[in-house]
Amino acid sequence: MLELRSVGMRFGAVEALQGVDLELAPGEVVGLMGDNGAGKSTLLKIVAGNFAPASGEIRWDGQPVELRPLSAREHGIEAVYQDLALCDNLSATANVFLGREVHRRLFGILPVLDHAAMRKRSAELFGELGSDTRPDDLVRRMSGGQRQATALARARLSAPRLMLLDEPTAAISVRQIAEVLELIRSLRDQGVSVLLISHRMSDVFAVADRVVVLRRGRKVADKAVAESSPEEVTALITGALEAA
Amino acid sequence: MRSLLRAPQSLWVTLTVAALAGVMSLVSEPFASADNIFNISRNFAFIGLIALGQTAVIATGGIDLSVGSVMGLVGIVTGLVLGSGQPLIVAAAAGLGCALLCGLVNGSLVAYFRLSPFVVTLGMLSIARSLALVISNNRMIHDFGPDEDLLLALGGGRFLGVANPVWLLVVAALCAAAWFRYSRLARHVLAVGGNEDSTRLAGVPVARVKLTVYVLSSLLAGVSAILMIGWLGAVTNALGQNYELRIIASAVIGGANLMGGEGGAFGAVAGAALIELIRNSLLLLGVDPYWQGAFIGGSIIVAMLVERMRRAGR
Repeated sequence: MLELRSVGMRFGAVEALQGVDLELAPGEVVGLMGDNGAGKSTLLKIVAGNFAPASGEIRWDGQPVELRPLSAREHGIEAVYQDLALCDNLSATANVFLGREVHRRLFGILPVLDHAAMRKRSAELFGELGSDTRPDDLVRRMSGGQRQATALARARLSAPRLMLLDEPTAAISVRQIAEVLELIRSLRDQGVSVLLISHRMSDVFAVADRVVVLRRGRKVADKAVAESSPEEVTALITGALEAA
Repeated sequence: MRSLLRAPQSLWVTLTVAALAGVMSLVSEPFASADNIFNISRNFAFIGLIALGQTAVIATGGIDLSVGSVMGLVGIVTGLVLGSGQPLIVAAAAGLGCALLCGLVNGSLVAYFRLSPFVVTLGMLSIARSLALVISNNRMIHDFGPDEDLLLALGGGRFLGVANPVWLLVVAALCAAAWFRYSRLARHVLAVGGNEDSTRLAGVPVARVKLTVYVLSSLLAGVSAILMIGWLGAVTNALGQNYELRIIASAVIGGANLMGGEGGAFGAVAGAALIELIRNSLLLLGVDPYWQGAFIGGSIIVAMLVERMRRAGR
């Protein structure tokens, strides 16, 4: 579905990514690992359309594409950033539909927000995600896991085919981490591909089918989780092991 | 106690207004007279109308300090055009055109040039007041031409025993309440105030949202100014001087959060009512009017403290 061919990116003199190849199949969960500055976020932002790669090619369904934030969305690529990009002062529903509000016509002419329809749809999305988040809850009063679910529900509103998750388990409690991992599994079960950036080895080994390791902008490993081990990945990240 | 603290601030303010009115009607004979109630309601209508726009601005995390000066400019321009023999509709259009221009300048500088709302509207406060002085040449205008009677009836008249500006405030507040609840723009106003970067990532045209609220704020100041000169029967370049404090106080007391992301129509009206009620009560109780500024300033600070306590309580 998604195919990166020899993608490179540089910021001034810094070679952020060099010749990275990556493939993602429908319903596949890929864990992207690496030390700080290894190029994980840069890679994610290229796929989300925030950065145009300096070299290489991106293919979507076999066709070469140029991704920009809006076109990435149109292709069915949605990103959930580390800070979640939620408005604390608004309800879960308002956040899910922010910028994509649903209207109905009052007296056939006057467009007004269709609160009932939006509430119903967001309740469905939270149900599909297996989250206990209530549509009318204010984000300010939510747990970390519920916030994550709200950001995921927003990303799922358009029924995306690929979800990019940047550190979804950073800064939340152990119980909430379990909730988020469960959300990722339910995405996979519904045929959504997931590219997961995480510092937490246990998360990647818990939900990912494949693990990709970046070190200083180069891909040093890309293998099935079942054929690897946390020890091996740690060695790859630190450079103790050159490649695998 | 926790649930009480969570109640919307507009409810708190309404209760305070009711309590203060109850006490005043016991201790002061003239307070509950029809004339006094009529005066209070009309006085706060002018402020309340502008506080509705100010609430929208504050909800984006901005502030509009220029509303009082825009009133002065609109009053002078409308008065002069009327005095030159033009009909009211033309004079009002000229006045509101000036208000629109002030709002566009404020809004563009804040939204597209990313300047601080405080500084931009402080500048406009000075500019609009100065323009009012230049245009009026510091003269009082009381000859409103052939449409004078119409203007005086509009701003100073009453309908079913209630002052015309109060009717307008009621209609405007109901519209604003519906707008806050049912419009996409108002939703985006609150979102911008809550988290501007996230709102931009969600594809909302943040700059356009900001521009709109400053234009709205200026236009409401203009409408209020036109009604006010009809009530006063004359206009000087000092019209609306220092009103920005009362208007911002109304919005903030009514629950608009200066950090952005919160605010509602009824709160703004209730806040304006409370301030006018305090002013009126002080006068009736024989307190030197020089103290009014201290009480109004103090009430803003108290409102902020209550808001801080509410935040800590949830």
